[in-house]
Amino acid sequence: MSTLPAGWVLTPVEYDALLLSLRIAMAGVLSMMPFALLAAVPLARRRFVGKSFVEGLLLLPLVLPPVVVGYLLLITFGTHEPLGAWLLQHFDLQFAFSWKGAALASGLTTFPLQLRAIRLSLEGVDLRLVEAAETLGAGPLDKFFAITLPLAIPGIISGAITAFAAALGEFGAIITFVSNIPGETQTLPLAIYSALQQPGGEHEAARLATLSALLALAGVMLAQVVDRRIRDRLSS
Amino acid sequence: MSIEIDFRHSLGNATFEVAFNVQRPGITVLFGPSGSGKTTTVNVLAGLLKPRQGRIVLGERIVLDTTRGIFVKPRKRNIGYVFQDARLFPHMTVHENLRFGWKRSGRQADANAFTRIVKLLDIQEVLDRRPSRLSGGERSRVALGRALLCSPVLLLLDEPLAALDMARRAEILPYLERLHVEARLPIIYVTHSLDELSRLADQIVLLNAGRVTRQAAAAELLSDLAFSDLTGISPYGAVIETRIAEQRTADGLTLLAFEGGGLLVPAVDGPIGAILRVRARAEDVLLAREAPLHISANNVLPARVTGIRLGAASQADVQLSCGSARLIARITQASLGRLGIADGQQLFAIVKSVRIDLRGENTQPIVPGCNGIPE
Repeated sequence: MSTLPAGWVLTPVEYDALLLSLRIAMAGVLSMMPFALLAAVPLARRRFVGKSFVEGLLLLPLVLPPVVVGYLLLITFGTHEPLGAWLLQHFDLQFAFSWKGAALASGLTTFPLQLRAIRLSLEGVDLRLVEAAETLGAGPLDKFFAITLPLAIPGIISGAITAFAAALGEFGAIITFVSNIPGETQTLPLAIYSALQQPGGEHEAARLATLSALLALAGVMLAQVVDRRIRDRLSS
Repeated sequence: MSIEIDFRHSLGNATFEVAFNVQRPGITVLFGPSGSGKTTTVNVLAGLLKPRQGRIVLGERIVLDTTRGIFVKPRKRNIGYVFQDARLFPHMTVHENLRFGWKRSGRQADANAFTRIVKLLDIQEVLDRRPSRLSGGERSRVALGRALLCSPVLLLLDEPLAALDMARRAEILPYLERLHVEARLPIIYVTHSLDELSRLADQIVLLNAGRVTRQAAAAELLSDLAFSDLTGISPYGAVIETRIAEQRTADGLTLLAFEGGGLLVPAVDGPIGAILRVRARAEDVLLAREAPLHISANNVLPARVTGIRLGAASQADVQLSCGSARLIARITQASLGRLGIADGQQLFAIVKSVRIDLRGENTQPIVPGCNGIPE
């Protein structure tokens, strides 16, 4: 590291913000993934009354102002709200002013991205293969875990990576729900915001913005590479 | 095991009313043009399609009876299904594909069966490959193995060769014949190829526009003059069940006997008494009024004319019986008139060439538990 020009090295504060961002985005996306999967199965495979309404509702975080998402989280999971208090009392789980809340906020705003990716990849699974599995003795759950899920994995993973890259950039929902606490909830976008609030912070903001952009680019590229790799392996 | 099927169903504008039964093991071929209901019928048998009305009995077991509200799910029917497009699981190796049904068959399957089937189908070399790295022929064989390994009581083959070119078909057909000989389970085979029909069928169910137009033994139907009325295709000729009667090793010939006659063919391996199917195309049978004295053909059979049918394009099919065998000779209408051929007449049939297919009984069934009755 010492051979690099001083400007290329991250300061401890920047480094913390980077790690925190990665951790929050990762936790947010992973914790939402099972829910996205559960919601995607009926959307991909079943017809039911009110399907477009349910679908619209689930995609809402994508179009809702992030501040609104943050506000809704605040009035649901705040420590003085019924659900928030209950979670704290029974599971010692506190979202307010905690990195967990930031994860929840970024996971929720990127939930529609995961849902869409999973739904599309489930729809892409050839039903004739599922039918073949059935004639070979596989029941409903068996068919899902042995055939449908493994074949949908490429889409699920690339969807998760895209959601992860997007979650890194979440600002409004996080700052509204869990505030801007360095080392706890201050992710890169919030750090950029803080830097801009300080006189002479433009240089710092530019550094952090570059870091954010590089991270996002890496995420999107990774999603594509992973998708192509797995698809190649599965192609017949 | 016997199979009874009787159903009515409609898909779009097409209605299907199909009923037939299979009393003996062997290959029952569903033959008919596209859209005649062949695939619909096997899907109903497999349970992938629930007909509006119907009843299916496999042996003692009722798997469908709409009047009594019985519908056994596909996975509980114990039917092996080989799809036209193989449908191998792309994310699994050949080995994993083969084990898929085997693991789920829920039977105390004989551990040797796996090895036996892999060997029968010659897929030892490709066990670790993924389906994307198999040739078309290998894919068909793996699909066949996968279906066999789930210990089916009935095997459905829906045009398993349709996706293959002629060379690959020729590669698979011998395996299907071995399967017929060794598997000892009823097989329902869908095709619209006359060649596959004549080569593989024990019984034929003719389908047209969603209805069964005829059900008969292959030997009977393939030499039936009415075949062309039923299918629009000229009848194949003759299909004769024979046994090896004598090996004339000095001449390099084998004598195959059937009730009321015999045929000399190029040497065929096999013990005396082994059953072989002999086919002769109608084009390969010539007719003579007197026994020809100096002729290169080895097989001149005395035969009686049992029917004549004038076909299109100046051709005529003459049906002949020779002992238990029935032949068709396809000649020109000009020759028919020149020789004055009439019904009931005694003639000589000269069989120019025959095709010989493996048949017969083997001692051991290759499919575990295939003789059992499903639970």
